[in-house]
Amino acid sequence: MSAMEKFFYSPVGHAVATRAGLADPPVLRRGRVWPTGAIVATSLGTSTLVADTLTLLGREMSAPVVDAPSKTPPGYGSRIGALVIDATEVSQVTDLEALRAVARPAIRALGGSGRIVIVAREAAGSWESQAVTRALDGINRTIGKELRRGATANLIYVGPSTAATDLVSTLGFLLQGRSAFVDGQTWHVCSSDGGVTDLQEQPLLGKVVVVTGAARGIGAAIARTLARDGARIVAVDIPAAGELLAAVANEVGGAAIQLDITAADAGATIAAHVAGRGQQTYGVVHCAGITRDKMLVNTDADRWASVLDVNLAAQIRMNGVLLDPDVPGSVVAGGRIVGIASTSGLAGNKGQANYAASKAGVAGLVEAMAPSLAARAITANAVAPGFIETDMTARIPFVQREIFRRSNSLSQGGQPEDVAEAIGYLLDPASGGVNGQVIRVCGQNLVGA
Amino acid sequence: MSSHAVVVGGNRTPFTKIGGRFSQASSHDLLTAAIDGLAARYGLSGHTIGEVAAGAVLKHPRDFNLTREAVLSSALAPHTPACDLQQACATSLETTMYLANKIALGQLECGIAGGVDSASDAPISVSEPLRRALIAANSARSTPARLKALAKIRPSHLKPLTPGVNEPRTGLSMGQHQALTTKRWDISREAQDELAAASHHHLAAAWEDGFFDDLVTPYLGVARDGVLRPDTTVQKLGSLKPAFGGPQGTMTAGNSTALSDGAATVLLASEDYATARHLPMLARVIDAEVAAVDHPGGADLLLAPVSAAGRLLARNHLTVDDIDLFEIHEAFASTVLATLAAWESEEYCTSIGLAGALGSIDRSTLNVHGSSLATGHPFAATGARLVASLAKMVHQRGPGTRGLISVCAAGGQGVVVILEAV
Repeated sequence: MSAMEKFFYSPVGHAVATRAGLADPPVLRRGRVWPTGAIVATSLGTSTLVADTLTLLGREMSAPVVDAPSKTPPGYGSRIGALVIDATEVSQVTDLEALRAVARPAIRALGGSGRIVIVAREAAGSWESQAVTRALDGINRTIGKELRRGATANLIYVGPSTAATDLVSTLGFLLQGRSAFVDGQTWHVCSSDGGVTDLQEQPLLGKVVVVTGAARGIGAAIARTLARDGARIVAVDIPAAGELLAAVANEVGGAAIQLDITAADAGATIAAHVAGRGQQTYGVVHCAGITRDKMLVNTDADRWASVLDVNLAAQIRMNGVLLDPDVPGSVVAGGRIVGIASTSGLAGNKGQANYAASKAGVAGLVEAMAPSLAARAITANAVAPGFIETDMTARIPFVQREIFRRSNSLSQGGQPEDVAEAIGYLLDPASGGVNGQVIRVCGQNLVGA
Repeated sequence: MSSHAVVVGGNRTPFTKIGGRFSQASSHDLLTAAIDGLAARYGLSGHTIGEVAAGAVLKHPRDFNLTREAVLSSALAPHTPACDLQQACATSLETTMYLANKIALGQLECGIAGGVDSASDAPISVSEPLRRALIAANSARSTPARLKALAKIRPSHLKPLTPGVNEPRTGLSMGQHQALTTKRWDISREAQDELAAASHHHLAAAWEDGFFDDLVTPYLGVARDGVLRPDTTVQKLGSLKPAFGGPQGTMTAGNSTALSDGAATVLLASEDYATARHLPMLARVIDAEVAAVDHPGGADLLLAPVSAAGRLLARNHLTVDDIDLFEIHEAFASTVLATLAAWESEEYCTSIGLAGALGSIDRSTLNVHGSSLATGHPFAATGARLVASLAKMVHQRGPGTRGLISVCAAGGQGVVVILEAV
């Protein structure tokens, strides 16, 4: 820890920093924990999609307080936990007033780690209707930036046949603490016939999930979180990381494979391991990744190739094997593929052309895979972490690190478990309607949108 | 279905030179690490194993229950029983056979055999007069009596004693004994250095090929064997000064095993257990034989495995031609070469009661991924290292492939084991 960092965290330094506007960030609600305050639900029309979903989730709903003209804004009397807006029938610019009228009192009353969730239709219909669909995105991103005390805002687009059962896992994830560091985001939930219609404590019970890069940091957190959700973890990492890998595998009651994922037979080795244990793979989380940062003008072919091979090409090769139904131990119908993109890839990052290429490539990969896999009810999605507190980011110089930390709507870095929870949500058998999506876990970082 | 135990797989720590990166790790730590790596590889965390049997040659009094304590520190369920066994350098071959036999008898379904040694964690004891004085003082009933007992201590008594490496019956070190054998069997310096260089080159190639990816788990940041010198040559080894056998001796630090630290384990199971749990079955533990020689009477200290091998092969109606892969523990390069010469000698074999010479073997089937000269030799860990590696090697060559392990041990003893690929 540098002298400046020590001072920053000392009592004196802390007082100075607070005066200067660098107050302690809010402590976020995490895990499978519901909001403590009331869940307010409203439909801007006759749709019952949100209400039906909350019923499936077993949540009691409170009626909204609606802003009235020419008065001081009415209040709720006590802190509320969430506002969920069914905006699926909003199609005209004038319809947006109803949204404002419920949002205004609710935002004023929203408690710590509160939630604003807007559910809207995918763009369709008239020019105005499609414009309004996009307008909701602007509202959501702005609310995300205006909310305080660790509260978040997110927008879910649904298709014409998306049912409450398709929305259960998504709304459950967003309302619970699991989505702590997901803020200002927008993604799509379409209809699926996954057959799972409720939110379970252990949705992955008995299912085999392969996690690469599981020895440390985000990968280890993924293994722990998925094991909590019932998964049998096959933890993969390079042989040199075997000691940490073994500790993670033993902690979660899983199995460890010491394997370089860039080996030509990496996918076959994993499939053979799973098949050998008399099992089938349910999910694969491609978390293994490396950085070899240099400005592009200083990047040689080796730095370029090694990052692209580990972070992207290896994943493509392994998917080829693990998604081949003729390979014993490969991913079952209804299975899940999750990649790890990065806000660096989505927004670009100085000194990381190779890394950005690989991570944007992962986003492109899952978008490309999703339609082809839909016939077997397999989904392919990615999460894109922003600034996450890991051993890797701890090596960034203090001032730079503190700036990265605070340059998002939640004024703090995310925890590895925040990324893991988003992955757990995507792996949930009830998340079959989420396919080809890239979900940022970045606290609404200023870069990468 | 045979009642032979099967080798499911193994795990060991890398082996390091004495005073190296494991110098602060105790035998307890090393054995725990080896068990934990095995548990992770086969998903045994939280599971109860039938029995764990392991041992150490250099052992602190505090480690009287070394294996059980390591189990309690490990990821295995605390209901896993354990015992300590010891037979010098053959310790974990004996622990393997102890458990394999229990499994064959139906007393166990699965077990973990292992061994550990840390030359860095060797116990230091006090001199005999000091020990007696301290015990007398401890049992004295009054302060004057206690002082009287302590007054017998002389400065010369305070010198600590390191563990003896000499054979108690002959007063000769193992190297000195082997130097006699080397001379008697006329083993050349060149042949010893060639074998040592081959050991390093074979081991280095195996590491490069990823052979150890599912046999070794890194420990304390060490990912590969620390004794290994991939770039050593016969020329470099030829420049070393003799360490044993006087100025004209042929045995050097390069063609003798280094004192080392490390631990190794093997997971054994009945075929039923392995089948029911979908565990790999690499090889069956076919049979084993133990033998001893009269080294105080002048016999070659480290050639006891020759009669064990002869009797074992005969009992199983096999000859060396039926064995596809050989692992002869490289205590010294000359031990391996003298063993091979003894196998070929009609005169020697009949003199120890065998029907005739065992015969000669194809050297390309011997220690194909290197052995103790390059890997290191934490005494009690070597047997389990050999069982796990050879089981994987015979399995890779296909069902029915046979392998033989020959390990010499202090006290003029030897253990030989036959594995057969499933």
